[in-house]
Amino acid sequence: MKILKLPKEKLDFFASVVQQFGEVHAPVEQDGKYVFQRLSRWSEARLDYDRTILPPKKYTLPPRETLFQYRAGQGYLPSTEGLDKRIVLMGVHACDVYGLNLLDQVFSGRYDDPPYQTRRKNMAIIGIDCRPDGSCFCRSMRADFVDRGFDLFFYDIGDYYLTLVGTALGDDMVLATGPLFEKASPEDIDEYKRRSSSKRQAFQLEVEIRDLPEIFEMEYQSGIWDELGEKCLSCGSCSMVCPTCYCHDVADDAQLGSRDGGRNRSWDSCLFAAHAAVAGGENFRNSRASRIKLRYYHKHRGFVAEYGRPGCVGCGRCIAACPVEIHIGDVIAKLRGIQNAPSR
Amino acid sequence: MLQVDKIPSYQPVLTQNPYQPHMARIVRIYKMVEDNYLFTLRFLDDRLAAGFRHQPGQFLMLSVPGAGEAPISISSSPSRPGVLELCVRRMGRVTNALYRMQTNDVVGIRGPYGNGFPIQDIIGHDLLFVAGGLGMAPLRSLVWYALDNRDKFNRVTLMFGSKSPADMLFREELVSLVDRTDMTCLLTVDRDPTGSWKNHVGLLPKLFDSAQIDPARTYAAVCGPPVVYRFVLQRLLDLGFPKDRILMSLERRMKCGVGKCGHCNVGYKYTCINGPIFTYWDAINLPEMI
Repeated sequence: MKILKLPKEKLDFFASVVQQFGEVHAPVEQDGKYVFQRLSRWSEARLDYDRTILPPKKYTLPPRETLFQYRAGQGYLPSTEGLDKRIVLMGVHACDVYGLNLLDQVFSGRYDDPPYQTRRKNMAIIGIDCRPDGSCFCRSMRADFVDRGFDLFFYDIGDYYLTLVGTALGDDMVLATGPLFEKASPEDIDEYKRRSSSKRQAFQLEVEIRDLPEIFEMEYQSGIWDELGEKCLSCGSCSMVCPTCYCHDVADDAQLGSRDGGRNRSWDSCLFAAHAAVAGGENFRNSRASRIKLRYYHKHRGFVAEYGRPGCVGCGRCIAACPVEIHIGDVIAKLRGIQNAPSR
Repeated sequence: MLQVDKIPSYQPVLTQNPYQPHMARIVRIYKMVEDNYLFTLRFLDDRLAAGFRHQPGQFLMLSVPGAGEAPISISSSPSRPGVLELCVRRMGRVTNALYRMQTNDVVGIRGPYGNGFPIQDIIGHDLLFVAGGLGMAPLRSLVWYALDNRDKFNRVTLMFGSKSPADMLFREELVSLVDRTDMTCLLTVDRDPTGSWKNHVGLLPKLFDSAQIDPARTYAAVCGPPVVYRFVLQRLLDLGFPKDRILMSLERRMKCGVGKCGHCNVGYKYTCINGPIFTYWDAINLPEMI
């Protein structure tokens, strides 16, 4: 991998150059929280943010999108609106890149998902490293570093960003800026290593994932799920903010007086009451307990079986978003039979 | 230095869209039983009509313009290509809209989806079909596949139960199978208000008394409402069936059919791509399955 460095004071110049590769989006402060959005000027960008409310999946799997337009006599015409928009998303944390990498697997495989894949290919990712806060457990989820899924990745080494060039597109961005990037020296690498191990020490929250799928199997009938079901409001907030939640609904809306209309998909959550309800009234997951259990089971058992790792990147958003303070660290500690969870 | 205007353009190519419905014409609506019609469809595109291939036990996503999409199992056998037969119960938004359509109206189809029955495994074995009510819909594709390829299977036994003769799906064709000498077709009804029913009267599991089954060389395909699973599965286990030779077809809510939308999750598998055909062993290991 090509490794360079960028002087920090040149970052705004770099951002102005990469505009030629697409709309530049980055974390921006909004009411004390952060959101990814289009920059109107570089000074809005806040690269020292903790976490954005929504992960980058909102770009590849928008909260609502039109898949087809139905026209009598023509059938279902694929909607391509907005698919060709080029975006450069700057300031993405490793956990969120990891989240996208996992979604890439879900939306490919035996069946492609053209809208997702097209948006993903049209989005450049420029990652940036970060310091964990009390809700971060990406290290436990092995998502504190990524080796792919980004075009460039910036690591803070003092006066410079050590820059990993991940793709040909990333390399083109570097070349487009002219002589902005410099060769990284052995001292720069040493500084990177020093900061990397200091970051390792900074995690306050730890979740042990080894043998967790087996624990889930053993505790499937546990009363813990009923307790959680009593507490959970089934609001779906954790799903909406989760970088790896991808459940969606597909529904047609017909224009009044005709069958013409659109087929739209929108975010859904396995916590919503009707998620597993079929026509005729049968609901395979009627209780809140069964639904929150499925969410945990799918992420920490199902993903492991299907993709070899949990469907969680430890970003901490579900902890921040839950209105009744359901905390994944507590849930897993309880399942493991640890009374006073040392993780907090 | 590379000039910005010479940066290669990264224009992705749209891959083949698995969500694309292909239009098909309703060529026949056969009113088998009230609210359980058999719809025969043919793709408008002749090449699609001739080229569409499915495995017995697979399903497709049916689009009714303006109403939406729903998963429907394919009731016809791939050994009889050209048209697709769907046994559809009037149930929800999409099926109600379908029931308002007429012959020659156009619907959308995509698929086929799901694993289907493991044909390679079951060829050369005895087959036992056990169905109750609408459970005949997904099994019928395999029944006719087996009869159209009769030389590839040993003994074939079919057990089917309905509430009454008037409620029996595919009644005429199943009654005509009773006389066939190359298979055993056992039909039963819970009650016979007509008094003219010539087959069995009684509950489905009672048919086991009239059948000769060798669990050592038989695959069982079971489908029906929960009550069928409750009694039939136990009966099969009592007979000594290995748990992975009992095949079941499941239904779940589905929005995509291709493992993306998350709705048909059972335990940690998706009914759409890991199923809809599961073994009883899968069912034991996947909570909430039956």
